[in-house]
Amino acid sequence: MTFFFETLLCGLLAGTLYSLVAIGFVLIYKASGVFNFAQGSMLLFAALTFVSLHEQGVPFALALLLTVVVMIVGALLIERLVLRPLVNRSQITLFMATLGLSFIVEGLAQGLMGSQVRALDLGIDDVPLFVGPLMLSQFDLIAAAAAVVLVTVLALLFNKTRIGVSLRAVADDTTAALSIGINLNRIWQIVWAVAGTVGLVAGLLWGARQGVQFSLSLVVLKALPVLIIGGFTSIGGAIVGGLIVGAAENLAEVYIGPLLGGGITPWFAYALALAFLYIRPAGLFGERAIERV
Amino acid sequence: MSLPASESAHAALLTVNDIEVIYDGAILAVAGVSLSVPKGAIVALLGANGAGKSTTLKAISGLVRAERAEVSRGVIEYAGHDLAGVDPSQRVRQGMVHVLEGRHVFGQLTVEDNLRSGGFVRRLSRRAMEADLERIYAWFPRLKTKRHTRAGLTSGGEQQMVAIGRALMTRPTLVLLDEPSMGLAPMIVQEIFEIVAQLNREQQVSFLIAEQNINVALNYASHGYVLDTGRVVLSGSAAELLARGDLHDIYLGKQ
Ligand SMILES: Nc1ncnc2c1ncn2[C@@H]1O[C@H](COP(=O)(O)OP(=O)(O)OP(=O)(O)O)[C@@H](O)[C@H]1O
Ligand SMILES: [Mg+2]
Repeated sequence: MTFFFETLLCGLLAGTLYSLVAIGFVLIYKASGVFNFAQGSMLLFAALTFVSLHEQGVPFALALLLTVVVMIVGALLIERLVLRPLVNRSQITLFMATLGLSFIVEGLAQGLMGSQVRALDLGIDDVPLFVGPLMLSQFDLIAAAAAVVLVTVLALLFNKTRIGVSLRAVADDTTAALSIGINLNRIWQIVWAVAGTVGLVAGLLWGARQGVQFSLSLVVLKALPVLIIGGFTSIGGAIVGGLIVGAAENLAEVYIGPLLGGGITPWFAYALALAFLYIRPAGLFGERAIERV
Repeated sequence: MSLPASESAHAALLTVNDIEVIYDGAILAVAGVSLSVPKGAIVALLGANGAGKSTTLKAISGLVRAERAEVSRGVIEYAGHDLAGVDPSQRVRQGMVHVLEGRHVFGQLTVEDNLRSGGFVRRLSRRAMEADLERIYAWFPRLKTKRHTRAGLTSGGEQQMVAIGRALMTRPTLVLLDEPSMGLAPMIVQEIFEIVAQLNREQQVSFLIAEQNINVALNYASHGYVLDTGRVVLSGSAAELLARGDLHDIYLGKQ
């Protein structure tokens, strides 16, 4: 039984990282209805920028701050150069634009900062930690705690504040939001900047585990099942979806994996997502339009 | 009946001069509309389905751009300034607000958050926001009892009130009101127009109201314009228009 809980908890902890990645998608999807394929390369870009600065001897906190600034400037540029000119185009056009953007960002990141694997040391030892009878990784716990703090701040920001209500208003009815003077461009700028910052945190936590390298940008593919399960429009859904995927993946690897010859982690999340598509196409927390006639 | 001299001498708050609006670079929806709204007036914009009422209002509020349309000719002046190149959010800040046809409340947001969102453009302090909410609830007491209900779950009449209340939170000088009577029972329509008249009298808010319901609209307006296939085919004081026996025929395109 202890082993089961260890497996479950370990999966949940990993799941917080999936949640973090998925939240970046949800924010942008809510504000502009577009699946931002470039989220993964933004994550890579952020992590690479941080590592490069840190390697140059810039202190941790300053490097973090500078990277946030870089991500904000990047968001402003993307809004101005990509989103604004394409406003009112079809969703597929916007999706293609983010696809192109993802290659540009990735190319820029590797061109400017190199493509070799970089070690990232956040100064957290990955020692085992005993919580009661359970053995957990200290790094996982701290990473999960960071994710929880960030998620809480975001949830507050997007529920209570003017920006949050504006974002939900835009997601609900963009024309109506424009009619009362909400500045759509401003909302896009904010959302992309926040998604970039969330990407930075996710990139650092992920990069510290497996090194900062090209494959970081592939977490974009991991976020897809999370979003299908949680729903594309709900931050809460992204959190729960991430936890479900993390836990299910780990449990399946341990308990089902051996039956299938192992190595089922890469695809198990997709199988789970497919099952959700059958039974709950809008995801657990996806918003279906409220209609009243 | 002609307008009293004092009113006709009033400077116009809004002047639309011979505008043309084209959707998708091909569909001509408005082909030469001119009209004006004097300060403090209620003006009706009448016409059958597809006449171009909504498009005219969207040209004025700047929302045409969001529907892949553009004002390809003509001038729109608000408070003496040309609105060309002024984006919708700036227009709201200058005191003009558009209540869309079909209400367009934020269905997932509570009634109160809907109203709040209208105040964002003025960057109110928390205190001022609360005070303004109370002001709206005073106009629409029904909304106060539903303040925590998701707007998508309220009745059609309540949604219209939410849409108007939300617009009033921007503290407008001019409200562009698109078919407030659409799909509502006559009693509710009456209630809404009474509030419009009262806002006009007591707060000097001007209204340009697009309506298919001629009688109600002309009952409250001082002036009216009748559109047909994107053109003004008739205009005059409300009394003059009501006195014409052929208004319904023109309106239905049977002239
Ligand atoms: N989004 C759009 N794209 C293309 N054409 C449009 C669009 N909206 C309106 N039109 C066209 O513009 C013309 C005028 O439409 P508009 O909605 O302004 O009329 P209306 O007088 O408001 O009608 P209704 O009383 O039905 O609301 C119509 O021929 C319509 O088909
Ligand atoms: Mg209309």
